[in-house]
Amino acid sequence: MRKNGKLVLSPYKKNEITAYLVVVLFFGIMASLKATGVLSRSLSGQLIPIAAYMIMAVSLNLVVGISGELSLGHAGFMSVGAFTGIITSLYLAQAGAPTVVRFVVATLAGGVAAGIVGFVIAIPVLRLRGDYLAIVTLAFGEIIRNILNVVYVGLDRNGLHFATTSDIALLEGGSMILKGPMGAITNEEISTLLEGFILVVVALFLAQNMLNSRTGRAIMAIRDNRIAAESIGLSVTKYKMIAFVVSAVLAGFAGVLFGLNFSSLAPVKFGFNQSILILVFIVLGGIGNIWGGVISAGVLTILPEALRQFSDYRMLVYAVVLIIVMLVTNNKSVGTFMSGLKGKLTSRKKEGGDDSEKN
Amino acid sequence: MNLLSNLISGLAIGSVYAVIALGYTMVYGISKMLNFAHGDVIMVGAYISFCATVYWNMPAWAGILVSMAFCTVLGIIIEGLAYKPLRGTGSLSVLITAIGVSYFLQNAALLIFGSAPKMFTSVFKGEAFELLNHQLVITRETVFTFSICIVIMLLMWFFTQKTKIGKAMRAVSEDNNAARLMGIDVNRTISLTFAIGSMLAAVAGVLLCSNYPVLMPTTGSMPGIRAFTAAVFGGIGSIPGAMVGGILLGIIEIFARAYISSELSDAIVFAVLIIVLLVKPTGLLGKKISEKV
Repeated sequence: MRKNGKLVLSPYKKNEITAYLVVVLFFGIMASLKATGVLSRSLSGQLIPIAAYMIMAVSLNLVVGISGELSLGHAGFMSVGAFTGIITSLYLAQAGAPTVVRFVVATLAGGVAAGIVGFVIAIPVLRLRGDYLAIVTLAFGEIIRNILNVVYVGLDRNGLHFATTSDIALLEGGSMILKGPMGAITNEEISTLLEGFILVVVALFLAQNMLNSRTGRAIMAIRDNRIAAESIGLSVTKYKMIAFVVSAVLAGFAGVLFGLNFSSLAPVKFGFNQSILILVFIVLGGIGNIWGGVISAGVLTILPEALRQFSDYRMLVYAVVLIIVMLVTNNKSVGTFMSGLKGKLTSRKKEGGDDSEKN
Repeated sequence: MNLLSNLISGLAIGSVYAVIALGYTMVYGISKMLNFAHGDVIMVGAYISFCATVYWNMPAWAGILVSMAFCTVLGIIIEGLAYKPLRGTGSLSVLITAIGVSYFLQNAALLIFGSAPKMFTSVFKGEAFELLNHQLVITRETVFTFSICIVIMLLMWFFTQKTKIGKAMRAVSEDNNAARLMGIDVNRTISLTFAIGSMLAAVAGVLLCSNYPVLMPTTGSMPGIRAFTAAVFGGIGSIPGAMVGGILLGIIEIFARAYISSELSDAIVFAVLIIVLLVKPTGLLGKKISEKV
């Protein structure tokens, strides 16, 4: 949008551009630090998980922030993506596909699988409201983890074999890919930082575009006032379903990226605590603020690493930081102070005749 | 016989869930918050009772009392420091703070007691009861757990229905603004509810570890989640609901483990919860909420 010859950006666009800039900067700096060897090994090992968590933050924000429903089971979708991705990747490896092709196909497969699971789960979940809906998502997360504990998958020349016990008769040269509670133990680490970066940008792009579309506005209208939105003819179930399924697909992508970064991965990694961790990211980043969630996913994954000097006390410090941040950001006097400060800083511009807000 | 003994062990674990669920349900009813730190207060209670009996050589009953007192104070402190400043803000902020408190308690326990599990000695000493020609064995833990649970339920019912403070608690959970106008000290009533909930958590911790003697910093989290499920199952906010939900959940869990699959017992419990919520969206004994336009 141009105005008096000057480029004027809508708040949406500004937000969007900042988001991409932050992500590009973050990964650029991290990649160069990693290349020059400044980054400690434990921290550089965290880079791909950080990318995965950023995508998870975008994904969960679509449900919690944009659609306004609390989900406590998002790690479930992530695990569906991760294990589908691992199976696909190893199957393609046997067929002799190059690494990049394996990653791309695995990502698509993981996304589709998580999307289908998300769709099936959403049918009962979206019939409920509020805290009851949250509990059912928690229940589904636990059910997915529990079911993955009894999935055994073997791979040999004849292809994949699925079973619920460990006794699968495999041909010579075949191997077990998934071993129930032990998960995948012969996985190949094929995720790269570049792929992680691309996936984060794709997730941000999808989410931002959805927000600025008719669909996104419908979803937010339903969040703000369901009855009013329903009365002007918006189908609540349809739009909530769209948000839920898109979110599940993104979580599947994140899962594949995460899963293909480890040589072994057990289903126990995707329990309730993992879902909560992601919820913490988006609450601290500002609920509904897509790029806030992305930044806080990065910061909060690095924080425990940065607290290494406290050694044994680091998780304790992390917990205290979490509580204090929640208390401070919700404190009324701090809020008034901050908005007063903001008002002073921006008041000069306002006097210059900015009338865009009045319209 | 097998069926009967499964039913009895289901009753025992179900009673523990019921006591934990009671704490969840009371706190939820009055402050509409999902207190995810409740499971960790259970763990703290069990550790205190363990210390009292093993390190400080107290008798078992004194250990329980010390642990109840400690958890009551802990509950008041947690509520005052972490939850009270957030009253009236979004429920998600309180949820995250509760998670922070949960991390804090778990990691504090990890630092103090280490990650190696402690073997909890049951507080109910003595031989098991043998009935029907020694075919049916009921342990003392089962009998005491179940009876303590019943006693607590009756006490809580009496407390909330008949006493002045209990009535105040119900009034606040119904409508806290109206309660304030009627001269009820809402803040104090909420603190008191947390205190009672945490005291019950201490009892639940001792009962839990008497039945399952492995004590670790993460001991409370899974029973906490299950009991929370039980509270929702019975209709969150309702005291008889917590009792019914807890006991049913315990029986379903043990039966699923015995007759279907021990690996899938969690999945079955949660699947039953989902089915119940789909049929009765506010739980078995929950109140219907009508929406105003």
